[in-house]
Amino acid sequence: MAHQSELIARDIGAYLHVQEHKSLLRFITCGSVDDGKSTLIGRLLYESKLIFDDQLTQLAADSRRVGTRGGELDFALLVDGLAAEREQGITIDVAYRFFSTERRKFIVADTPGHEQYTRNMVTGASTADLAVILIDARKGVLVQTRRHSYLVHLIGIPRIVLAVNKMDLVGYSQASFDEIVGHYRDFAARLGLTDISAIPLSAVHGDNVIAPSTHMPWYAGPTLLQHLETVEVDAALAGQPFRLPVQWVNRPNAEFRGFAGLIAGGTVHRGDRLRVLPSGREGRVARIVTAGGDLESASAGQSVTLTLDTEVDVSRGDVLAAADAPPQVADQFEATIVWLQDEPMLQGRTYLMKTGTRTLSATVTPLKHRVNVNTLEHEPAERLELNDIGVCELELDRPIPFEAYSESRALGGFILIDRLTNNTAGAGLINFALRRSQNVHWQALDVDKQLRARLKGQKACVLWLTGLSGAGKSTIANLIEKRLAAAGRHTYLLDGDNVRHGLNKDLGFTAQDRVENIRRVAEVARLMVDAGLIVLVSFISPFRSERRMARELFAAGEFFEVFVDTPLAEAERRDVKGLYRKARRGELKNFTGIDSPYETPETPEIHIDTTALNADQAAGSVIAHLASRKVIAGA
Amino acid sequence: MNRAAPPGDIPAARAAPATLTHLQRLEAESIHILREVVAECEHPVMLYSIGKDSSVMLHLAMKAFYPAVPPFPLLHVDTTWKFRAMYEFRDAMAKRLGMQLLVHVNQEGLRLGIGPFTHGSQVHTDVMKTQALRQALDQYGFDAAFGGARRDEEKSRAKERIFSFRTAQHRWDPKQQRPELWALYNARKRPGESLRVFPLSNWTELDVWQYVYLEQIPIVPLYLAAERPVVERDGALIMVDDERMPLRPDERPQMRKVRFRTLGCYPLTGAIESQADTLPAIIQEMLLTRTSERQGRVIDHDAAASMERKKQEGYF
Repeated sequence: MAHQSELIARDIGAYLHVQEHKSLLRFITCGSVDDGKSTLIGRLLYESKLIFDDQLTQLAADSRRVGTRGGELDFALLVDGLAAEREQGITIDVAYRFFSTERRKFIVADTPGHEQYTRNMVTGASTADLAVILIDARKGVLVQTRRHSYLVHLIGIPRIVLAVNKMDLVGYSQASFDEIVGHYRDFAARLGLTDISAIPLSAVHGDNVIAPSTHMPWYAGPTLLQHLETVEVDAALAGQPFRLPVQWVNRPNAEFRGFAGLIAGGTVHRGDRLRVLPSGREGRVARIVTAGGDLESASAGQSVTLTLDTEVDVSRGDVLAAADAPPQVADQFEATIVWLQDEPMLQGRTYLMKTGTRTLSATVTPLKHRVNVNTLEHEPAERLELNDIGVCELELDRPIPFEAYSESRALGGFILIDRLTNNTAGAGLINFALRRSQNVHWQALDVDKQLRARLKGQKACVLWLTGLSGAGKSTIANLIEKRLAAAGRHTYLLDGDNVRHGLNKDLGFTAQDRVENIRRVAEVARLMVDAGLIVLVSFISPFRSERRMARELFAAGEFFEVFVDTPLAEAERRDVKGLYRKARRGELKNFTGIDSPYETPETPEIHIDTTALNADQAAGSVIAHLASRKVIAGA
Repeated sequence: MNRAAPPGDIPAARAAPATLTHLQRLEAESIHILREVVAECEHPVMLYSIGKDSSVMLHLAMKAFYPAVPPFPLLHVDTTWKFRAMYEFRDAMAKRLGMQLLVHVNQEGLRLGIGPFTHGSQVHTDVMKTQALRQALDQYGFDAAFGGARRDEEKSRAKERIFSFRTAQHRWDPKQQRPELWALYNARKRPGESLRVFPLSNWTELDVWQYVYLEQIPIVPLYLAAERPVVERDGALIMVDDERMPLRPDERPQMRKVRFRTLGCYPLTGAIESQADTLPAIIQEMLLTRTSERQGRVIDHDAAASMERKKQEGYF
């Protein structure tokens, strides 16, 4: 049995000594609805004696009340945790379970089989050493099986156990088993998955779960638990070149400056020469500090603190790497993205990217294709919806040290964070750096923004007017520019309609195109501010995310968001261009306020209520604000 | 600048291992989590409940930031009904480690005389624990709080993230949890929102005990069996820890050799009869008994799925 009760009772000291040297295996179970995942995990917990008497009493009561096994023990109830799930009889999120045997401790990520919950499976898979893919012997390889296998392959889990469950319902037939395994191997080979162990079992009755089945004498391989206990846990990480993403700089006093982090790959010895990336400076390891005393060496998987023999600038987000085998540095990548939130991923939109211990801005440049996870075909796409997987290019706001995900999960895996909601929006895998990113550098120029602006006797800035169509943005912007010009200021007005006649005439009004429209205008405005101009931008710019992206292109104090606030009913009543009438008639699609949202600014620098001010007064209030911020002298 | 830790607190060095054992992997993961919060959050705090899990978490924090002292305070949400031995232990630990200890009591609850004997476990826990915790987090403006909860303790914990997001009202929404991939934790939040962070998520009760044993981590003596005055009440052995405990007419405190598997408010924490007065004996007993850890806690029996509900309301 799993824990050696005899040894525990006889010699607890000896038992503890054995326990001290256990290894850890993390695995994920995946399968379709009703494949028996929860039952299988419940069975593993039960048989490894991790179900206590009080839980068993509860289980017996629950089995009678809501069980699906006619009052017999329903092991699935042990692991279907949340109240909502019990009512629906399904698993709706990733749950982690623990059990151990004398050889190993196991952490199981239990993930749902519903198609819409791909994100949960990717989450569970990201930390797994091995995947158990369940198949219902009556149903064989299903669409979901292919999907799960593709995800396992994508996340790079090296080992697969194909657990053909419910063998009792096919008469424990070897022919059925062989046929399913044959089908599966054909499919898996196309993905490049080769390390597959197939085991026939019945989770409900316990066949081949812990003990060998008496019903399937034709099967001579290990039981599921025997396999999990003996399969080799990858130790290859320690053999890679040394990598330590710096988490935290430890400075308890002026004498000590240590760089703390979890070693992502390789081994480090005292005296090793390390390179700091992205800066490229080098130093030697002076000490490997742990609370238990200094170490001579440390390897992948350990959390340590290193000190260097020279004063080198190192901060959180940097990577310390073997000086003779450093990772590359780049700021543009091709990456595979798994989309995890309801709000779709749009081309041109900027997200926060967290990779290693570094968080920075990443903009989605072309989305190349979406992967149909059922057929593995590439399909053209302009956006990624929840649970979509696609390949895109990413442009970062600064270069980072990286490795391809296939080389290093730690330096090649990342998450994308929605900058408005702070939700984890996507998971990504770096495929490779784009060559242009390693060769194109920002050219530092001697004449800069401040000098150009000073020659014009002004401070450069951008006034970003946002509001509904017909709110009065262009009218007000025009009046502001006239006043500034009259006061001798150098200005330029970028108007939404005008820009769409030229620079942006290839763009329509879909959400993606709106994002790209704003991105281009924001970049143009930035160049103009760099030229020392006061730039007025008059664009509906309906999404907070893009307005924030625009704001972040500018230095503090350079960006003024002007919310031209006109209620929809009022804008529609005015309807200067007749557009609202067209939109109401359905002749204009994606019209802001009608069938496309306008996200109201939360904290604009200037808020203009057009129901209280006329255009002249509105322009005056903007000029007054600029004067109060010393952008222009009092006018 | 972080202050330096007092020397001599941590057991002697062990050599760097060739392959990591399960405890070494768990330890490295927990240290990574602790550091990540300190690097990304502005005002973290460690919830210190004085139990064995808190002791392990604190020990890991001493390791994570060594030679600095952990750069955050400890917070004890005090219901005023803990065992006396817990208070003594708490004060001694904070003093020895040189860490700041904040103690918060719900003064309103105290004024109303809320207690487990007079108001029952549900009201007492809600007012003196759940509400008190929210008060303390708001009062000090903490944006991240470490807790010692483990996923193996209870079913709704099994699904909770390591970095568990809370709204400005401290609510947990089990259906809106952020996916957590690799070791990439998303600590972003808006002002007022906060995180509860569980560095021991992947530890089991056995792991905790084994680690306490290997690392010689100090724990409250109540975990070890000793002669203690108890009464048998509603099927549980309750220790008569002070004079506030009203005895029923037929109750006579008697000395029995007991210990506690979990520690909380003494009127709500059942003892078990035991001879286990050493750590190996405790582990031995735990492995050979067949009753789960939380069973000694009266609060879990109140309602089905009660923990999930309490957590949604802001309980740890």
